[in-house]
Amino acid sequence: MTAQDRLADRESVIQVTNMNKWYGDFHVLRDINLDVKQGERIVICGPSGSGKSTMIRCLNRLEEHQQGNVTVNGIELTDNVKNIEVIRKDVCMVFQHFNLFPHLTVLENLTLAPMFVLKRKKEEAEATAMKYLERVKIAEQANKYPGQLSGGQQQRVAIARSLCMNPKVMLFDEPTSALDPEMIKEVLDVMVELAEEGMTMLCVTHEMGFAKLVADRVIFMDAGQIIEQNEPHEFFANPQNDRTKLFLSQILGH
Amino acid sequence: MTTLIESQARPTGGTASNRSLRWMRDNLFSSPVNTAITLVCGYLIWQVLSTILSWTVFDASFAATKDACENISGACWAYVHQNARFILFGTFPEDEQWRSVLAIAMLISGVLISTNRRFWSVGLLVGWLVGLVVLYFVLAGGVLGLERVDTAHWGGLTLTLLLAVVGIGFAAPLALMLALGRRSEMPFVKVICVVVIEVFRGVPLISVLIMASVMFPLFLPEGVTVNKLLRAQVGIIFFQAAYLAEVFRGGMQAIPSGQYEAADSLGLSYWQKMGKIILPQALRLVIPPTMSTFISLLKDTSLVVIIGLFDLLATTKSAINDPAWRQQFLEGYVFIALIFFIMCFFLSRYSLKLDRDLKQGMSH
Repeated sequence: MTAQDRLADRESVIQVTNMNKWYGDFHVLRDINLDVKQGERIVICGPSGSGKSTMIRCLNRLEEHQQGNVTVNGIELTDNVKNIEVIRKDVCMVFQHFNLFPHLTVLENLTLAPMFVLKRKKEEAEATAMKYLERVKIAEQANKYPGQLSGGQQQRVAIARSLCMNPKVMLFDEPTSALDPEMIKEVLDVMVELAEEGMTMLCVTHEMGFAKLVADRVIFMDAGQIIEQNEPHEFFANPQNDRTKLFLSQILGH
Repeated sequence: MTTLIESQARPTGGTASNRSLRWMRDNLFSSPVNTAITLVCGYLIWQVLSTILSWTVFDASFAATKDACENISGACWAYVHQNARFILFGTFPEDEQWRSVLAIAMLISGVLISTNRRFWSVGLLVGWLVGLVVLYFVLAGGVLGLERVDTAHWGGLTLTLLLAVVGIGFAAPLALMLALGRRSEMPFVKVICVVVIEVFRGVPLISVLIMASVMFPLFLPEGVTVNKLLRAQVGIIFFQAAYLAEVFRGGMQAIPSGQYEAADSLGLSYWQKMGKIILPQALRLVIPPTMSTFISLLKDTSLVVIIGLFDLLATTKSAINDPAWRQQFLEGYVFIALIFFIMCFFLSRYSLKLDRDLKQGMSH
């Protein structure tokens, strides 16, 4: 069954139409159109400065777009703070530098948002937290502080922190770029597992092995534009655009 | 520092005195130049110490009356004996001075309790508010058959402690609001906070106090008066809050943007983000400069003398004006210097301890 068949009758979770964004005079995002189905796994790649991080950061309003529409779960992202808070409950993000809260223990990192945003009871939040810590195979570190963990462990905690919010969509912003090589696999393993369970994922990464393994669609961006998108086999075997070919030859060439 | 560590790492056989001899040889007398420096410094330290000690202790008179001070080259501590009440309590009525003592005890024990992190809770906050009201009636009287004492008679150590403790207690939350306001995206709030901070930081405390005592009443409608002590206290609070706000703002700016983004992406509201994520980290970073501001607040309370309030320094000064004690001004100043030093030293040690405690476990 191809990705298209699998996703054919699914609803859209994220719809982006003609999104544009400028930093001052610099046009970072140009006419972005994107439709993400529920359960779809998208990998976004491209040279640095191509706007891929900025694009996914516009999906939970960490960045503001200036033109076009972004709709998440049927709610349009505007200045409306209430809407933004509602959308952020459903769309969680995993960052390049983990961004765990260093003054809280691992367990507290995981229970804070469920308790204060979702109004869960402490015991309930802790039980959920332990469940996800076990899933990312790190339950024994629950009472340590983030600074006492390795990079790979911290990133797995960060993924568990997002999962505790029970999100509909997860955004990954170069989740393995800040890791030492030997720790990349442990994080990718968790992400593959998530993908296999049907989580809707948008992942900015240069891990092409990951893309080949789980992605339904690979998007290539350059200079703020979506240049090319295709399902992974075609994308790697048969790139259409010259810029895509150049990029692929650079990252797969050695 | 390296030489110290190396010398300690060396195999150290023998007795303790052997070891200290070796330490001295390695660190103080390792070369002719070092030996010379050590000897010169040792001589200077001895000179200063012996002068101080003989004045304060060996040649001093500890008798309670001035007669014993005839033919004495050291300090005449009888001055402190005779004037202690005035220095510590100002012109508070003599029969009622137990109330001043009680107030000082309340303030000091309140501060000591608050330094223990185990007691940090909403209850402590309520305790302080209730305590301050009780404290007011202890000093002012007028209830339960206590004689009324006008605030003009509150003085000495009581006044200094009161101004400092209430000043710190109210300046800190005000500073927090100002700092948050200055970083706010709401233009109106931001402008107000910037103006308050810059105006109060831009003028000396003396002018703030004179404004509060002389100018402010002119703006009030006739018949309305605000107590002079209260005006001075509010002036001190705003002045120090302006400084502290900038300290807090510095702390918030030092928190990486990733922390703000992580809090945002989890859907935390502004107050949750600030209260749970940003401020706990930011305030931890700025404990040393915050404590410096508190220490300068404590010492700056002595400026209230220019608007006619009698704090610790002012009561000491006026005690010296007594012709009988013309010679003993040094004893008076040494006495209150010691009191100020104890209070400030306590704050500075507490700052170190708090800094260390909060960093434990949280290794970056």
